[in-house]
Amino acid sequence: MVNCNMKKICLLLITLLSCSVNAQLLVEITEGVDEPTHIAVVPFGWDGDQAMQEDISAIVANDLRRSGMFKLMAEENMLGSPETESQIFFRDWRISGNDFMLIGSMKPTATGITATVELFDILSEKKIWSQTIDSAGSDLRDIAHYIADEVFQKITGIRGAFATKVVYVTVQGRGDARKFRLQLADSDGARAKTILSSNEPILSPTWSRDGKKIAYVSFETTRPAIYIQHLATGKRQKVQSFKGINGAPAWDPTGNQLALVLSKDGNPEIYILNLQSGSLERLTRHYGIDTEPTWAPDGKSILFTSDRGGRPQIYRIDLASRALTRLTFKGKYNSRGRLTQDGRFLTMVHQDSTGYHIAVQDLQSGRLDILTNSKDDESPTIAPNGVVVMYATKIGGKGVLAGVSLDGKIKFTMPSSLGEVREPAWSPFLN
Amino acid sequence: MKVLQTRVKTVAKIASLTLTALLIVGCSSSGTLKDGSATDGSGSSATTTGASTGSSITSVNSGNVGDLQSVFYFEFDQSVIRSEALNDLSLHAQFLAENGGAAVRLEGHADEQGSREYNIALGERRAQSIEQFFVGRGVNGSQIDTISYGEEKPDISGLASKSRRVEIKYTAK
Repeated sequence: MVNCNMKKICLLLITLLSCSVNAQLLVEITEGVDEPTHIAVVPFGWDGDQAMQEDISAIVANDLRRSGMFKLMAEENMLGSPETESQIFFRDWRISGNDFMLIGSMKPTATGITATVELFDILSEKKIWSQTIDSAGSDLRDIAHYIADEVFQKITGIRGAFATKVVYVTVQGRGDARKFRLQLADSDGARAKTILSSNEPILSPTWSRDGKKIAYVSFETTRPAIYIQHLATGKRQKVQSFKGINGAPAWDPTGNQLALVLSKDGNPEIYILNLQSGSLERLTRHYGIDTEPTWAPDGKSILFTSDRGGRPQIYRIDLASRALTRLTFKGKYNSRGRLTQDGRFLTMVHQDSTGYHIAVQDLQSGRLDILTNSKDDESPTIAPNGVVVMYATKIGGKGVLAGVSLDGKIKFTMPSSLGEVREPAWSPFLN
Repeated sequence: MKVLQTRVKTVAKIASLTLTALLIVGCSSSGTLKDGSATDGSGSSATTTGASTGSSITSVNSGNVGDLQSVFYFEFDQSVIRSEALNDLSLHAQFLAENGGAAVRLEGHADEQGSREYNIALGERRAQSIEQFFVGRGVNGSQIDTISYGEEKPDISGLASKSRRVEIKYTAK
């Protein structure tokens, strides 16, 4: 629960809502892998009197489906609904083309519910994972995402990222009547809630590596300032508000420092703010635009966008030696870089003759691949497992979120019923 | 004293021009079809605002300064002041220089193409471009406040050519 504990000065402009229900984003897969893994997620049994608040097996199935890597067996085609291993006739499930199946059963306990799930490899008829999970009953979606993460990892070998969150900005209304909201939701778009609302722009939300705090830029005072908001309490602090630009905050891996952009010395430069001592260190010195810093996962360097070469390109500055390296050379506009957690792949906004797309560059080979063919793409943010990059784009002139896998094979959109959606930021792993 | 003042102004003017030149170097045109398309032509925005030749005001005062053009448009990825803006900008500068108690807020904006934080920087360059113009004409820097909204407040028309702009707002006259 978010506790509405905020500074008086913000009362007039800002509303921090504790748990408002908002229209949710839905994930729609538009392209998946050529040879998806076939899996049957059998509806879990429920041994209780009252209906469950959430359909756990349906959420698990939906998570796996929206990954683009799985083909889910339709429930109506299932010949039975086994809840235990002894009830499974593997031959039937094999004939219907499945590689794996997940079964489960749930029952009420004195303190909530308990769920037992089992994952089988249908060809070898072997159980490859099982677990009994106790729950207070209030976190059924968390349990569903946890199960989906386990199944995903057991089958693909890649850590699942379903139990993660996303923040994004929505805009409703036009002109002076516009309302900006910073939203926090599950990675599937569910359980969206407003964590900040304002009549002035909100942009550049970004997660601390521990997943407990968000830094962002808000114009609520009619000037840009950088804020840090604690998600558990809703408490927030203004960390920087110099004259000029205060923008593009980026956390270092320890959470003790924030890279940011200030133009207090005349034009946009990258600075590092020590959040404990409050000391500010200037990192770049150039009359061009230096902006959009992001830390390398090892904390040893910062990548940023600069037009010092005439057009915006992405550079890396080594923090110890201050040596500067230009990373992008293909095309005349590459900006807002974000790195995968292994530091190898750089996603960015890349302009070609057809518009602005999301591209990924392998920093080992230098190869650049354009991942999207829409023309207004921006704000790439990478899932913590490095499989998918989410970004903002426009469909029919309206801002929406979309995603593409780093190999370009899986594509999805997240249609919204409410206004413009932009500036997604994917959380780190939260468990 | 008078001579000295003029010389100071000239130096400031040269400094301003140099800065503008640097800004030009810093942002070459992209040259894509979309960015250079008809809707982006300088004619369209100028016609709409009716200010391609500037206002007819010759002597500016607190009574008529509000009648001057207050929104000035820019080319794609550029922060260079267009020639048709010079007349009214000069009158704003004259008013500010002659009225030390007057103050303006210069709000810079960008169109919605490209990344948001980069566009914040572009909007600031545009606002600074006009700030330098004013300072070069003897306006005290303390009378000028600049802010960039980047692409966060596009023109209500949705036209990119109208969104790349600086709005002059008087906070004191």
